Amino acid sequence: MPAFLDRLLSALRTPRADGSGFGPIPDAARRTATTPARPGWLAGCVLLLLLAAPAQAHKASDSYLMLAAHGEQVTGHWDIALRDLDEAIGLDADQDGQLTWGEVKARHGAIAAYALTRLGIEGGGRPCRLDGGQQTLERHTDGVYTSLPLTATCPAGTASLRLDYRLLFDLDRLHRGLARVSHDGSTESLVFSPEQPRQSVTERGSWQTAVEFARQGVIHIWTGYDHILFLLSLLLPAVLVWRDGGWQASAGWRPGVADTARVVTSFTLAHSITLSLAALGVVSLESRWVESTIAASVVLAAINNLYPVIRGRRWAVAFGFGLIHGFGFASVLAELALPRAQLVTALVSFNLGVELGQLAIVAAFLPLAYALRGSWLYRRLTVSAGSIAIIVLAGNWFVQRAFNLPGL
Amino acid sequence: MKRLLLAGALLAGALHAAPVVPASDASVVETLPARADPLARELKALRAQAQAQPQRLDLALSLARRYVDSTRRLADPRYLGYAESVLAPWLAQPQAPLDARVMQAIILQSTHRFDAAIAELQHVLARNSAHAQAWLTLASVHQVRGEFEPARAACRHLAPLLDPGVAGECLAGIAAQTGQGDAAYRLLALRQAEAPDWSRGWLTVQLAELAQRLGRPAEARRWFERAMENGPPDSYLKAAYADFLLDQHDAAAVIALLAGDTRADPLLLRLAEAEAASGAPAAAEHIAALNARFAAARERGDVTHRREEARFRLRLKHNAPAALQLALDNWQVQREPADARIVLEAALAARQPQRAGPVLDWLRATRLEDIALRPLAAQLTRS
Repeated sequence: MPAFLDRLLSALRTPRADGSGFGPIPDAARRTATTPARPGWLAGCVLLLLLAAPAQAHKASDSYLMLAAHGEQVTGHWDIALRDLDEAIGLDADQDGQLTWGEVKARHGAIAAYALTRLGIEGGGRPCRLDGGQQTLERHTDGVYTSLPLTATCPAGTASLRLDYRLLFDLDRLHRGLARVSHDGSTESLVFSPEQPRQSVTERGSWQTAVEFARQGVIHIWTGYDHILFLLSLLLPAVLVWRDGGWQASAGWRPGVADTARVVTSFTLAHSITLSLAALGVVSLESRWVESTIAASVVLAAINNLYPVIRGRRWAVAFGFGLIHGFGFASVLAELALPRAQLVTALVSFNLGVELGQLAIVAAFLPLAYALRGSWLYRRLTVSAGSIAIIVLAGNWFVQRAFNLPGL
Repeated sequence: MKRLLLAGALLAGALHAAPVVPASDASVVETLPARADPLARELKALRAQAQAQPQRLDLALSLARRYVDSTRRLADPRYLGYAESVLAPWLAQPQAPLDARVMQAIILQSTHRFDAAIAELQHVLARNSAHAQAWLTLASVHQVRGEFEPARAACRHLAPLLDPGVAGECLAGIAAQTGQGDAAYRLLALRQAEAPDWSRGWLTVQLAELAQRLGRPAEARRWFERAMENGPPDSYLKAAYADFLLDQHDAAAVIALLAGDTRADPLLLRLAEAEAASGAPAAAEHIAALNARFAAARERGDVTHRREEARFRLRLKHNAPAALQLALDNWQVQREPADARIVLEAALAARQPQRAGPVLDWLRATRLEDIALRPLAAQLTRS
């Protein structure tokens, strides 16, 4: 048996603590404990060591570092748990386990000194001067943190930053520094660990911003099923004409293409307008109302295929409801933290991304619909059954969104 | 859209903090693990001792050990980080001491870094195949991962190294999950009867859980009650007991059991489930707290709590598809009866029975007995 177990136990032969182990086999430990010569020693150690702890690791120690770079300065704040600071430098003067505001304030100087020597910021390859401000308290999920305002002055600018994070790693290898660094609106998240204590952030160029937002636009139209279904509902009859109380195949490819172009253009125009207005903060609508109306628009568009009230002017429907869909896109854009300096770039590229994604869908749909338009399969099954399916699906969304219900 | 929104919500959850404005210097702003607490005092003293004599491996090991033990008792993961830090200088040596590596493996296991834990243990065993602790820990890691053959092999290696009873009990723990629940139960019950006081607690919990799985609620309740009398219960016992009571639809008893335990996430989860089941007003607040805590954990890249998060999404947020994905991700890493159960429950609720296929196959192959899994598996097989 490893000698350390023996030594270990001799220091810690507290029966109660040993009894509380768990794990698939801790029993094992216990049995050896009954070995006559040395009751308890192996038991304790094995027990403790064995326990396949049931993985209850939850909130370990984190600090939150929020920084924003402008010109030659980086400003922000650093939230560090009082509990961690107490472990590191001692805050609880009277050692009663109750940390008062007075006790914390008395240690503000020590906290700032401790923290500021464990963070290095370089801008443009040269060290920045770091200063701390007056601390306040913030509550996070696992307790109260001190919030230390930071100012870094970087003579070589802040376009490229390098952060060197060393807080608490010597005491707690599972500590993580969670940082958000923003360069005029474009934000990057970093996680610092003992394995990755140094990381760099570079300001995003306009081209990168454009690509990123265009990509988000494409992703959004492709994963936002409600927008796709609305568009498809309007496009299903594009290759057909309503005659004698039923859908018939249209004569050539021209009417279908023209109809599609009108619908897609109106939809695009409309949602670009409201997306821009909402993103610029000119208009804002309650999201529940917007989302419910979007669901309703899908239902109505599909009903119109079964009982065509509006035939030739589906582009007008596309425009009208497109205005509402634009507000839906805007809520996504809001989640993406729009960069202030590159607002127009971001907005235009997101819109372009949405259009590109839309065109790809149309490009896949139209030739297929055109080829099949004369068949029973298309006119009956796709248009009728498809529209009914869309009504059921979108109706379900509507109920969920409008009444906050779990849905069917 | 969902994913983007989720990402946004997560950021908001973890990084958004609420300011605290104390009324006066005397206002208490935070409660720390009290100095008056014997455990905290002991840890403090041990740490001072270990820091004063950094050349002494035995002190480092015993301190790390006590930290690991504290995590288990209090469900407080910070101690695991402290334990890892105590070992770090020893592990950085070119020829790291084997005992330090075994201790590191135990920490790795506790944070679900199972592959790394196994690698660490195999390294130790290659250098010293008589390291009993390494075999024991290896057996337990394999068992948690549902790898019963290597777990059994590791148990068998113990026979010549320790009291033969140890290997027997090691094997019984595995037998209990591989179609020999009754025999394992009888064996463990015999052992429990003759176990010394200080060691009886853990075995009693084992028996309680096994009785519960074997469909003997009256016996399970007796074992749980006995375990609760065995000194102050730790977080594992409380969680297991609460799960049993929830299955017995005894929400009131769960609320009474866990009323003060809002700091430990696993216990808060069970408390919130009981509150939701009985329509207690505190449920909403506790569900919001759990939501924020899971978001905070995700923010730091922590995935150790996926089983619990799946349960939270399914039972408290009624988002079966999200729960199913979490449960399946968790299943790739961890395969205990509770891990199987959450997959089956989520697959049923999400009406995606085919995605539970691998778990159903696994249950058939291992012949795991669990009264809670049987109706779920039957329902999934039908649909």
